[in-house]
Amino acid sequence: MEYLVASAIGVMTAAGTYLVLRLRTFPVIVGISLLTYAVNVFLFSSGRLTIGYPPVLMDGAENYADPLPQALVLTAIVISFGMTAVAVVIALAAYLAGDDDRINGIRGRGPDTARNEQDGDGTAS
Amino acid sequence: MSLFLIVAVPFIGALLPGLMVRAGRNACAYVTFGTTLLALIGLISQAPAVIGGEVVMASVPWIPQIGLNAALMLDGLGLFFAALILGIGLLIITYARFYLSREDNMGEFFAYLLLFQGAMVGIVLSDNILLLLVFWELTSLSSFLLIGYWKHLPAGRQGARMALTVTGMGGLAMIGGMLLLGRIAGSFELSVILDNREAIQQSPLYLPALLLILLGCFTKSAQFPFHFWLPHAMSAPTPVSAYLHSATMVKAGIFLMARMWPVLSGTEAWFYLVTGAGLITMVIGAIVALFKDDLKALLAFSTISHLGLITMLLGTGTSFGVLAAMFHILNHATFKASLFMTAGIVDHEAHTRQLPALGGLRKLMPITFVITTVAALSMAGIPLFNGFLSKEMMLKETLKTQIAGPEWLVPVLAVIGALFSAAYSFRLIAHGFFGPVRDDYPSHPHDPPFGMWAPPAILAVLVLVIGILPTLAEPAIFFITGAVIRGAAETPDYHFAIWHGVNVPLAMSGIAVVGGLVVLALYSPLARLWAASPIPYAKSIFDAIIAALVSTAELVTLKLHNGSFSRYAAFFMVAVVGAAWYAWATGAPGGSTREMTPVNAVAVAGWLMLVAATLALVAFHRNRFFALILMGIAGLMVSVGFAYFSAPDLAMTQISVEVVTIILLLLALNFLPNRTPRESGTGRKLRDGVVAIAAGLGTAGLSAHLMLRDFVEPSISEYHLANSYKGGGGDNVVNVILVDFRGFDTFGEIVVLGIAALVIYALTEIALNGPIRARLINRRPDKPLAGNQHPLMMVVLTRFLMPVALMVGIYIFLRGHNAPGGGFIAGLVFAIAVVMQYMASGYEWATDRQRYPYHGIIGAGIGIAALTGVGSWFVGQPFLTSAFGYFRIPPMEEFELATAMAFDLGVFLAVLGAVMLSLESFSKLAQRSDRMKEDHAISIDPSRDPEAESA
Repeated sequence: MEYLVASAIGVMTAAGTYLVLRLRTFPVIVGISLLTYAVNVFLFSSGRLTIGYPPVLMDGAENYADPLPQALVLTAIVISFGMTAVAVVIALAAYLAGDDDRINGIRGRGPDTARNEQDGDGTAS
Repeated sequence: MSLFLIVAVPFIGALLPGLMVRAGRNACAYVTFGTTLLALIGLISQAPAVIGGEVVMASVPWIPQIGLNAALMLDGLGLFFAALILGIGLLIITYARFYLSREDNMGEFFAYLLLFQGAMVGIVLSDNILLLLVFWELTSLSSFLLIGYWKHLPAGRQGARMALTVTGMGGLAMIGGMLLLGRIAGSFELSVILDNREAIQQSPLYLPALLLILLGCFTKSAQFPFHFWLPHAMSAPTPVSAYLHSATMVKAGIFLMARMWPVLSGTEAWFYLVTGAGLITMVIGAIVALFKDDLKALLAFSTISHLGLITMLLGTGTSFGVLAAMFHILNHATFKASLFMTAGIVDHEAHTRQLPALGGLRKLMPITFVITTVAALSMAGIPLFNGFLSKEMMLKETLKTQIAGPEWLVPVLAVIGALFSAAYSFRLIAHGFFGPVRDDYPSHPHDPPFGMWAPPAILAVLVLVIGILPTLAEPAIFFITGAVIRGAAETPDYHFAIWHGVNVPLAMSGIAVVGGLVVLALYSPLARLWAASPIPYAKSIFDAIIAALVSTAELVTLKLHNGSFSRYAAFFMVAVVGAAWYAWATGAPGGSTREMTPVNAVAVAGWLMLVAATLALVAFHRNRFFALILMGIAGLMVSVGFAYFSAPDLAMTQISVEVVTIILLLLALNFLPNRTPRESGTGRKLRDGVVAIAAGLGTAGLSAHLMLRDFVEPSISEYHLANSYKGGGGDNVVNVILVDFRGFDTFGEIVVLGIAALVIYALTEIALNGPIRARLINRRPDKPLAGNQHPLMMVVLTRFLMPVALMVGIYIFLRGHNAPGGGFIAGLVFAIAVVMQYMASGYEWATDRQRYPYHGIIGAGIGIAALTGVGSWFVGQPFLTSAFGYFRIPPMEEFELATAMAFDLGVFLAVLGAVMLSLESFSKLAQRSDRMKEDHAISIDPSRDPEAESA
């Protein structure tokens, strides 16, 4: 079971990383969301995997699921919503203002963007 | 009055002018004047004790761990400077009231001025040198604000920046010097440091400490080669120049040299550095001043020259030098502040302060002429004026000073300085006020109102009183000198008198005055010669250095920070992977210590769905709607996983956050393009893929490794499990951790969430009120809108579901302390219930029924949480201590009430408000672009009579 969880974390991290490195805002945001899943599950798994343990205090129960990573991840999930929302609104405002959703700036506007265009691997971006 | 109050009064008073300016310019000036007067009265109330030989101290610990105490000390030197600062401050405030025009914001000006005054008083009264550094930096900052007060003038802004750069740099050096000094002496209290002369001068750290402190003093007091900022600071309003740049701030460096004189002076390093810099500054300043046409520039270079003179006197290390220096500080403050103010009057009345455009003002401005003449003759060093007395003393001191080369060098240089000083003083009078009356002044000059000429006149009277009756000032100056030298040297044997008989200093004085007249007579050819000589212009050198620094910085910064997001992301990812690889490669992982948990078919099915959705997401991410669905699957499987691994709280949170996130992204896709174009080439894809796979393998390996091993240290979870019920009164340990054990963290988190929502609100408001608004309104949706925007079935269903959903939310909230649930999840459930109404019935319908603004809900939530925390103070407990008890109201079963529940209510409201404010802001964007207004919430409503409507 541990390998299943670990490989799922790995797949989500890899996919998230790949998407974060894309050139448009939307895939980047989706990529960040995937990374968030991965990080949350990773943090959660630091409490070790427990199947069928009581999550709340019960009479007669010996072992419990580790509550501490759960509490930390719970707030992390909610905060990640806030973060995603802010990223989305910035992306949206930038798109509406410039009619372009490239994350590396817009071609031909300002000296910085001109430099950026040469930084890639030579392919049109 | 307590020393603390004397320092605090100007700072507190700085709040007043801004408020009082609404009551009129006079009220504003009165309150500033009153504040300064109050501080001065406080100072005078301490004066008898100080004059009686006592050193008044006041100290409270501030950060004792680093030796920083709010320690103040008032002795003769401090009293002298504080009296100068506050006394001249009163005159300057009066003068500024009439100087500032109606367009100038007087409240702002006086607020800055009082800030500066407070900082300056703080410097001279500090006992703790760290505290002194704080005030020192404050004078640099307030001086920056005052120099740049006329923000519309580029010269003002550049001058302010230059002054801040130079004095700020010096301040930085000074921090280093003071720290070294404190380390040598073992204390940061001046009263201790000043008694440790031997230890400090023998320490190997003495030289670096001295260099750094002198760097601070020289930059502040405009000593060569750091003098160039002062002339550029003259673009400040004239009251500022008169106050900061002649009488007070530039003397801060001098003050500090005097303050440190008992411990730092007397060594060769001190002598060569201080006397050398002073001498060079004095001569160069005097020569340059002669050739300045701008009255204020002339006075600025003259100030530099006189500051050099004082510095040189402190550098000689004799008590007679200190005596002369202290006397000259007083004299210079009187005549130079007076001269600046009259220069301001000329500028104010004639609308120019260029000497070539002036002349003949003697007849037009007789009062100004008399004041200027008195002050300028003092500056020139003519007998019966106070400048003469201290200049004689300076010349006498130079006769005993031999710095390098022949013994006549220093006296000759001093005479040259005095000669040019006399020459520019005469030039000021002759070219400004004598000569024929002209008819081409930019404005018709005449004497200003009484309030404007009275302050310089008072100073001019002082110039004469001290000049004619020097014995009046004698005891005071001797007393101050005693406070400076603190028994480190003999009190000098000297008496202030106009006539000391025919002696060498008198002869030198005579040469200087006669020579000054000769130079003035030869002014025209000399000025031509000066103009032809290749003198480096300090500002262009400074600008070149700054430009070089900026381009070097850009070279480095733009390489790393070139505006490309994917580049930063790549740097970050590669760095993380690299660090992880390093850890992996160098560490030695131990063997597994835990049994593998058994796998079953359900788990494999879930894993397959998650992995398949994630991989498909990468493959089909260009189709954005499809990507969203796949992301939803991944999120769903994550929450199912949480439920499976005994974390129901997380599962509920994850699934509700998933819902709102998907709604949010759908709203965003309403505007963003629905497809991502194909842009990356194979190379780039390959590169990103390698990075991504490395990151994935790394995290997978790390997770597996972690999960298969036991805790190295026992986890604090045990404590939480053991105390959750006993201490927090709850069975749901996760919730008790959130609202009780780690309540302060949670409080911070809801604040962050609230701020995020407000950021979103602010950004959409900006978008809606800016140029984007037009774009939104004229925008054509890229997908055809459904004819039936608010389908009947959905509207009816959501309205029916609303109370049910709210009930579920309340239930989840109430049981949260003892069973899975709580404020976070309840807030999200409520938000989803409300969002359903927005989606089904439309923005307007929902907004009409929304009674409380979402910002208010966020605020209420954070407020309730904070109040719950504060409440525990009233029973003498730390912030957020919780209490609980069990109650029974007859028809119901026994139930629990905990203060943590009030906190959880705060969390609930904050989460609800934050989620709703974010979503509402997004839908507002959509609303503006949607021009199809519906009259009804349901597009097709069989209960409506279409006939009646069209009628």
